[in-house]
Amino acid sequence: MARTRDESSPLFAGNAAGTLRLIVYLALAIVLMVLDQRNGWLWRVRYAAAVVVEPIYRIAGLPSEGIRAVSVAFADRQLLTDQNQRLRQDLLLANAKLNRMSAVAEQNQRLKQLLDTQRSLELNVQLARVIGVDLGAYQNQITLNVGARDGVKQGQPVIDAHGVMGQVKEVLPTTSIVMLLTDPAHAIPVVIERTGLRTVAYGSRDGNQLVLPNIPLAADVRVGDHLLTSGIGGRFPPGFPVGDVNDVAPADTGMFLVSHADPAADLDRSVDVLLLHDQAEPDGPPSPAAAVGPPSDLAPTSAGSVPAPVDAAPVDGAHQ
Amino acid sequence: MNRQRLSLWWFVGTLVFALVSMLVPLPGVLEPFKPYWPALVLLYWCLESEDRVGLGLAFIVGLAADILTGVVLGEQALRLCALVFIALRFRSRLRFFPMWQQTLAVFALLINDRILLLIIRTLAGASLPTASWWISPFVGAALWPFLFLLLDDLRARLRIQ
Repeated sequence: MARTRDESSPLFAGNAAGTLRLIVYLALAIVLMVLDQRNGWLWRVRYAAAVVVEPIYRIAGLPSEGIRAVSVAFADRQLLTDQNQRLRQDLLLANAKLNRMSAVAEQNQRLKQLLDTQRSLELNVQLARVIGVDLGAYQNQITLNVGARDGVKQGQPVIDAHGVMGQVKEVLPTTSIVMLLTDPAHAIPVVIERTGLRTVAYGSRDGNQLVLPNIPLAADVRVGDHLLTSGIGGRFPPGFPVGDVNDVAPADTGMFLVSHADPAADLDRSVDVLLLHDQAEPDGPPSPAAAVGPPSDLAPTSAGSVPAPVDAAPVDGAHQ
Repeated sequence: MNRQRLSLWWFVGTLVFALVSMLVPLPGVLEPFKPYWPALVLLYWCLESEDRVGLGLAFIVGLAADILTGVVLGEQALRLCALVFIALRFRSRLRFFPMWQQTLAVFALLINDRILLLIIRTLAGASLPTASWWISPFVGAALWPFLFLLLDDLRARLRIQ
């Protein structure tokens, strides 16, 4: 920024003062950045400024809302009829599946009770709409129209009809920001459905895929394998679809297999999403400690009469 | 008096509009083509009314943009300060450049802005962006003549300073 131009030129009056001001402002900006990076002030400032920020989000979301409304208004009658027909079929199919599932779920519940674990298959969800706001090409985020006043909490998983979308990163009074699975800073513990191999899926650098960078070389992973949430870590409940493997290759280092996966959820097309409320008993590292407790207080008194839970507990603990 | 107030509203309105345009999403394919609106509008006001635009204003607009987009507080403030500083330095020349030269200058400023952003992001530990990330300055420069003429024309029609 230093310039050796002659200061006498009337076109460039006031150079020294201007440069000093620039330095002061740049220094101020850098101090702010460092403080924010260290302390995470931004969220607090944003929360305080939510009165201004949220209306602006709503305004910025209007164009995409308008386009959606227009596309519905001018949609072909035939198209809508077809869509309706298809949705009816889907609903029928889903209901049929649900009916069959309910019997299985009930059986599962009974078996779970026998095993003395608390986790249920019931979902406690909240419907939310996506506000069309672009928060920069670097970040894979979406904005939802529910916030702290609707009981949204940081870290809640967000899903759509096809799979996991991400988790709530920041909560404002009436909106919330969701970090998508494909964000390079996001990681989710997954399990490969076919083989049961556990690994971690990260967001890819270009932001529309998932990367599984550390699969053991000997592991059996194929293109087309489904990834499910493993529930390890306790944040995402187990068993939700995460993505499909579309590429497997050895890493540059030759020590691991690297695999890419397409996210199962419609990350850029979903309008309505579901927020999962915290499950009663998250599955994961904290739970083994808790799971050891209940059987053991039964064990000393009636070890002979209920052998099943006593047997199950050590196996479960060793597995984790 | 009334005209003065109108002109102030017009000035603030364009800046707010730039901030909102920054947030409006584009369809997925067009996403990397989105220009950095606050920079373009600030540049226009730099050239047109020097007394209104200073480093302080650039800093405030940048902070507002930071709060809206949720990036590190101060990032866009720094970028816009640097941009406005350079633009004000060369203001008297930029104003009398023919349009194509002005466009080239704006392009250079926007590229400089991207490089600054890259430095900040790299220092903050983010990964390198993809190639499409560099399209935005080209689009910004291509839009500059139209934006400049449009805003100038509107200003002339409203008869405001």
